[in-house]
Amino acid sequence: MKSLAELAAIRDKMKQNATIREDGESTIRIVVGMATCGIAAGARPVLNAITAELAAQNVTNATVAQTGCIGRCTLEPIVDVIVPGEDIVTYVHVTPDKISKIISSHVKEGIPVVEYTVGAYEN
Amino acid sequence: MMDELSLNILDIAQNSIAANATLVEIRITENDPADTLSIGIKDNGKGMSPEFLKTVEDPFITTRTTRKIGLGISFFKEAAEMTGGNLSIISALGVGTTITATFQKSHIDRQPIGDLTGTIIALVTLNPDIDFIVTYTVNSNEFLFSTVEVKEMLGGDVALSNPEVATFLTEYINENIENLHN
Repeated sequence: MKSLAELAAIRDKMKQNATIREDGESTIRIVVGMATCGIAAGARPVLNAITAELAAQNVTNATVAQTGCIGRCTLEPIVDVIVPGEDIVTYVHVTPDKISKIISSHVKEGIPVVEYTVGAYEN
Repeated sequence: MMDELSLNILDIAQNSIAANATLVEIRITENDPADTLSIGIKDNGKGMSPEFLKTVEDPFITTRTTRKIGLGISFFKEAAEMTGGNLSIISALGVGTTITATFQKSHIDRQPIGDLTGTIIALVTLNPDIDFIVTYTVNSNEFLFSTVEVKEMLGGDVALSNPEVATFLTEYINENIENLHN
């Protein structure tokens, strides 16, 4: 059985890494729609996949936040990736299996995954 | 409709967050001799006026200003009533709100609890400044998860939204929930 005491080791490891992040400027925001429509469409596993992939791919300059219903319920789950200085990129009908590519390509390399975006969907 | 009760819990807890709660307590109790399952979500948010409370189960009532339909509580109520159970709401302005749904556990229409860990992790990672206390009781077994305790362990330097912390907590909560049913 795992024990909460193991968190102490994670804390110490994170403290050592703390100096290379939190610089504000370069923080990428990932925003997940978590209203009733988003949750019913599958936002929770998407959100949890984002968190897991950020850990797996060692991304430390991204934060995850939530938003409400934006009135495009049929496109949920919707995920926005906001890179400072760039246009917001909106991904629609997001599923957990798309997350690895969004993180590795867009969040890490700065290259949006065009085929998952609302623009591609609406064409 | 949500297809698992954990999604209802996540959705209802979002109302608590929108109501500026700083503490959300989730209590799930399975009682096999009584054949009941109850799910309570209690917050210390801003609460509802008696007038609003009377109308809140109506899907055409919402505080949202973008559209005029709110389905969260209606879904949860229907999920309970399908099993012969019910949903109750106690709320007071400035004090908070408690929503409790009871189910007949063995009823064929009773939705599964589903991925409760996923719901807890979603709430905790999105709202690292809000405290969540989850008490899951299965007959005489109990698992208590408290972000207050987790924050003590982390010592204020590392947020609960940290992905490595979330990954650890996922495994930790999964193990404990599995253990409840053994």
